[in-house]
Amino acid sequence: MSQFTEIAYNGLWKQNPGVVQLLGLCPTLAVTTSVVNGVSLGLATALVMAASNGAVSPVRKFVPDEIRVPVFILVIAALVTMIDLAIHGFAEPLHKVLGIFIPLIVVNCIVLARVESFAAKNAPAPAIWDGFMMGIGLTVVLAFLGGIRELVGKGTLFSGLDLALGPQFKTYILTVIPDYQGFLLAILPPGAFLGLAGLIALRNWAEIRKTKPNVAATGALKPSH
Amino acid sequence: MPETIIRHASKTAITLMAFAIVFTSLMAYVFNVTKAPIEQSEAAARMSLFRQIMPEHMHDNDLLKDTVDIPPNPLLGTTQTTVANIARIQGQPTAIILEAIAHDGYSGDIKLLLAIEADGVVSGVRVITHKETPGLGDYIDIAKNNWIKLFDGQSLHTYTEADWRVKKDGGKFDYMAGATITPRAVVSAVHKALQYVVQNKQVLFTAQINQQPSAQAEKK
Repeated sequence: MSQFTEIAYNGLWKQNPGVVQLLGLCPTLAVTTSVVNGVSLGLATALVMAASNGAVSPVRKFVPDEIRVPVFILVIAALVTMIDLAIHGFAEPLHKVLGIFIPLIVVNCIVLARVESFAAKNAPAPAIWDGFMMGIGLTVVLAFLGGIRELVGKGTLFSGLDLALGPQFKTYILTVIPDYQGFLLAILPPGAFLGLAGLIALRNWAEIRKTKPNVAATGALKPSH
Repeated sequence: MPETIIRHASKTAITLMAFAIVFTSLMAYVFNVTKAPIEQSEAAARMSLFRQIMPEHMHDNDLLKDTVDIPPNPLLGTTQTTVANIARIQGQPTAIILEAIAHDGYSGDIKLLLAIEADGVVSGVRVITHKETPGLGDYIDIAKNNWIKLFDGQSLHTYTEADWRVKKDGGKFDYMAGATITPRAVVSAVHKALQYVVQNKQVLFTAQINQQPSAQAEKK
């Protein structure tokens, strides 16, 4: 596996921030009330992670070890502020949807984690790719979690798409279960924990199946200890 | 020994400061570049909200510039001075757009924006912010439901004192099963805001005419 494929594989599956590293749970749990919210914040996070990894990697040799954390936090906070301002100024509709979430990215520990563990040790190109793929890995988890919660909680999918992309996208909102009364638990915070637990379990199950194909195939999976 | 510590510390501090200077300048630059577009888009967003609650033909003035300060008032639920916008046609006030806050919602304050015409008729109401339960109380939000349009065209004349309540309390306003506290708070907030505007009509609608005074006789 080339370095870049491996980075992508790490971000999307092996070291997925959402269901394996379990970093950045604040937005994971808070904003995933719908697919659109989840994906929007996921993509913004991916952008910030690519930018912060890209900003830290070239200067990594100038940052003394003792003050690397304050410097990294400074860089991340500055980047998030600039991206927030830029989106507000040049993409107002997007800012309406993402506005309250973007400042949250500053405190998302997955950003600092990748800067610290990857960008501080690697060249810019792989570092940017790592930040981006980690962000995409998180986005996928947010999308699934948002999908589960929205479907169970409201019986729809992609609601709010018109707010994110424009009124002409209103037709893409799917009402999967018509006349659905709603299941509030899924929308409220406990639904986020339950949904995430389900996703983690699913991912672990798939991983076990993959590593022990024979056992899983016969269905005679026994506890390993 | 202390000398090396001091030298090391100052070297590190200088590095940190260099980063702070570089990134603060970058932020300052981006802030400057985006300042005008942000102001524009905020003004546009505000105007589009105004247009939702008041037809465009009701004013020919610049709503964003024609403002009046409203001191805190219990009828509006405000604890700080708010800025209201006055709509005028040829200098004659036609409507006022003001904020009101309902404190008795199910969870937290419900912030409303109301357009009330000079003759005391509600032109439109929108909920700006709320923290009501998703799926239950959030139908007061236009994004979820048209319920808030029930107020359009109502006034203290069309509905009596007792009518300004949800149906459960003997009034005229519909509500949805499972969430009565939320609409009750909104109805009462709109009612009180309406009373405020009617009571203070003279002050609100004559204050600070920025446009050219009209030659026409004042319509009462």
